[in-house]
Amino acid sequence: MAAPVDSGYWFPALALGVSFLKCLFINAYHSTDFEVHRNWLAITHSLPVSRWYHENTSEWTLDYPPLFAWFEFGLSHVAQHFDRNMLQVENLNYASPSTVLFQRLSVIFTDVVFIYAARECCRCVQEQKGPRDVLSRPSFVLAVLLLWNFGLLIVDHIHFQYNGFLFGVLLLSVAKHLQSQHLQGALLFAVLLNLKHIYLYVAPAYGIYLLRSYCFSQDNKDGSIRWASFSPLRLLALGSIVVSVCALSFGPFVAMGQLPQVLSRLFPFKRGLCHAYWAPNIWALYNILDKGLAVLGVRLKLLDEAGLPRASMTGGLVQEFQHSVLPSVSPSVTLVCTLLSILPAVASIWLRPRGARGFLRCLLLCALGSFMFGWHVHEKAILIAILPLSILAVESREDAGIFLVLTTTGHYSLFPLLFTPAEFPIKVSLMLMFTVFSFTALRKLHSGQGSLLRPLEVIYLLGLVVVAIACEVVFPLSPWQQKLPFLPLLATSVYCSAGICYSFLRLYVSLLRRDDKPKQL
Amino acid sequence: MQTWSLVSICVLLGVVVRWGVSLNSYSGAGKPPMFGDYEAQRHWQEVTYNLPLQEWYFNTTDNDLNYWGLDYPPLTAYHSWICAYVAKIINPDWVELHKSRGYESLTHKLFMRTTVLVADLLIYIPAVVFYCLYLTDGSSKKKVSTLLCFLLYPGLILIDYGHFQYNGVSLGFALWGVLALGLGWDVSGSMAFSLALNYKQMELYHALPFFCYLLGKCIKAGPMGRGLFLLVRIAATVLATFALCWLPFLSDPSQALQVVRRIFPVARGLFEDKVANTWCSLNTLIKIRSIMSGDSQLYLSLACTLLAVLPSCFRLLTKPTFWHFKLALVNSSLAFFLFSYQVHEKSILLAALPVCLLLNDLPLIAIWFLQASTFSMLPLFLKDGLLVPYVVTSLAFLFFSLYLLSALDHCSEDELRMGAYNKLLVFLPKLDLACIVRWKFYVSVAVMAVLSIVSVALVPPPHLPDLFPVLVSTTAFLHFFGTFVYFNVVQFSEPPSRKSQKKSN
Repeated sequence: MAAPVDSGYWFPALALGVSFLKCLFINAYHSTDFEVHRNWLAITHSLPVSRWYHENTSEWTLDYPPLFAWFEFGLSHVAQHFDRNMLQVENLNYASPSTVLFQRLSVIFTDVVFIYAARECCRCVQEQKGPRDVLSRPSFVLAVLLLWNFGLLIVDHIHFQYNGFLFGVLLLSVAKHLQSQHLQGALLFAVLLNLKHIYLYVAPAYGIYLLRSYCFSQDNKDGSIRWASFSPLRLLALGSIVVSVCALSFGPFVAMGQLPQVLSRLFPFKRGLCHAYWAPNIWALYNILDKGLAVLGVRLKLLDEAGLPRASMTGGLVQEFQHSVLPSVSPSVTLVCTLLSILPAVASIWLRPRGARGFLRCLLLCALGSFMFGWHVHEKAILIAILPLSILAVESREDAGIFLVLTTTGHYSLFPLLFTPAEFPIKVSLMLMFTVFSFTALRKLHSGQGSLLRPLEVIYLLGLVVVAIACEVVFPLSPWQQKLPFLPLLATSVYCSAGICYSFLRLYVSLLRRDDKPKQL
Repeated sequence: MQTWSLVSICVLLGVVVRWGVSLNSYSGAGKPPMFGDYEAQRHWQEVTYNLPLQEWYFNTTDNDLNYWGLDYPPLTAYHSWICAYVAKIINPDWVELHKSRGYESLTHKLFMRTTVLVADLLIYIPAVVFYCLYLTDGSSKKKVSTLLCFLLYPGLILIDYGHFQYNGVSLGFALWGVLALGLGWDVSGSMAFSLALNYKQMELYHALPFFCYLLGKCIKAGPMGRGLFLLVRIAATVLATFALCWLPFLSDPSQALQVVRRIFPVARGLFEDKVANTWCSLNTLIKIRSIMSGDSQLYLSLACTLLAVLPSCFRLLTKPTFWHFKLALVNSSLAFFLFSYQVHEKSILLAALPVCLLLNDLPLIAIWFLQASTFSMLPLFLKDGLLVPYVVTSLAFLFFSLYLLSALDHCSEDELRMGAYNKLLVFLPKLDLACIVRWKFYVSVAVMAVLSIVSVALVPPPHLPDLFPVLVSTTAFLHFFGTFVYFNVVQFSEPPSRKSQKKSN
């Protein structure tokens, strides 16, 4: 039988399928981010540019860079044909059916950028030789891993955000680098930075890579830098691209003398070390260690209970978490930790560049490093690592193993994002679907010697199932539900942070080990 | 990739789509005093939980039969009763006698939707999986494609998870029956089908093919000896299943009679609303209901139905093969839908199930019919506020079934089993029938799309308020009638040889 999927149309089919699925979630639960974006539509539509970063009728002030504001401005011109009332700043928490429809459709349609980027990434992967079943072709697997990514689906299309569009720009820029079109890649990344500044996390990888591998056109025989090959013209081209994009975006605000105001909106350090729900990173482990020590100290009568700061975790919803035993962490400490954590990765691609794939690995480490050590990290930021890692996972066996651990853990850590019972079946089924696919497809892709995962990793991932059942099913029925409502969140973020730390370390090992064997791609 | 992982992905996708649809509105949401089918199901829980079994089907002070009185066979009532027990544990307000009438809340909606999903997961979905894995031909990829299309049939999803009903249960039991018969387990098959009949009396649409297939098989095995033994075993199983289901009502004949009266309400007229069957479509030309008495309408419809069912049943009796059985299921259920008395638009699901069974054999026609059947319920979906899921699931089904089953590539005359038409139409010059069918398909999809858009976007002229529903039902009727004729012709032409079937896969 000539299977229909063997024809070349599988990519549009996958993209169309997931778009239909997204349309089914139009009436699902949406978080306050829905109101955030509605408010931004209203601000950009009804106020002059000079007021955009001053407006504070709603608590959800505009805190994305100017290009994103212009993006909302563009959307608002379509929005007025759906429902004009959503464009009024005073209409707080306005969510008429046509507003919901418009906002949801705007996410679905701007995902076209993501679909296009996924297509470009699929073109970059190395196809194995020989006629293979389409289901086990790297490009097909990659397309599914990207387009049907569980995290992106629930964060964008249920929780509500525009990550698909933004990740589209990121992946497109990565794809351009993989295709050696560095200027286009740099342009796209500059645009991306001016759309959402969270991507500053991965900027070091871009900066060093472009400087080292683009501005220096040649290497010595041993791979070290050849200073004579420096091309000022290339540096100038890069510089002018970045500067002109930033000028376009921030220029008007600089001219109006609003730069400090814009920056204060973009970087609010008033928030706490951890988000309400702790992102599964080092600080989650640090917090729990502190808590554990405090409890132990009180038990052993080493600490005076009255002297401790009131346990502020009980609500699970506080912004400021005070450490009782361990020293408190300030933003500058997290910054230093982050920089230290990414330094080896960045140094490695400076000393021994290994092409665009080495850059991609460095980008992942930057993303994960800042996720691990950053200030007030959101659990959603894990997607910055998961999505680009998909590209490496379909190409190398070792990365596939890391991908499975990181993705499964990272995706599970997104579960608390959807806490409404009505969305429970969706999140469980979608997660299972994605996990079953990624495990079986990657194993088929890298069929050969043994399993992709080590025994310990398998045990850890099975433990995730236990945690999931305990937190989502057993706990709500147990009497602790009233006394310790934060416990599932705590358990989830602590358990997941172990897995993410582990993946981070393994990814680091894979980068540094490749240093010893530069010949191997 | 292994088949198990593809199958589980398909099933999970099916669950996600079902749940995605269920996030939308249901029938009669916030529309007192009568609400809709959702309230009917909730009311049955209230009645079955609070009243003794003897009062379930009777009009008493506590049980007003004019307000969604129970009018399905006992198995439905037991199902409501079990659901009511769970509901009582979660929140007693949901099933409190009298006071809970018209109860609506988000949690309750969640509970009701969950009961549908649980029933589906237990009965319908496993049956579909087993059917596609064991009783369809082709490679495992082909089987999985069929499975996905089968699970994503929008009509059933929209009615069960949008409008709110438990069709998955009765159709699931019927499918278990088909599955068992296909595997040669005639006794368990007849038991499963008896359960289906005891869940919804509408399953009678499928009863004749089941009967004829089993009888034909018995006759073939020899009217004496093995055949007779099989017949006796089947009959005993059916009787035992029925007796078990009706046990509590058998103590008093008046009880059983009342249940039967409730199940077959002959007083409700030839048809209601706008349903895409013969009588309603004929109504635009001749007002049957005003020129004939109620009784003669009943006899007329009975006669027409029997006449329409007989050929395919006779054929099945003489050739009791699984292929003919599937075709007879389609023909019989369509005949009942088109000609019988008191048909609801939702009854088209009973014809859609056997057509789903043919997705693998006759992809284009099956997809075409399934699309038309979903379209025929458009006025209902619009009333329930299910426009978005209707559009999304219909487009997705149309696209994916055509793509996965490569329906448009597999429509040569041979594969469409249209050889018979050339014999029938000898007086015409030789036509490229396959091409004509394909163009008819395109035109019909376009017409359905245009009518859907028009129904949503335009306001009907004031002197013809029902213009669009009538157009929709008439269009759908033409499709159904055409399919009915087509499948009868297919059943009477030569069955596909194994070889050509292999080739077409």
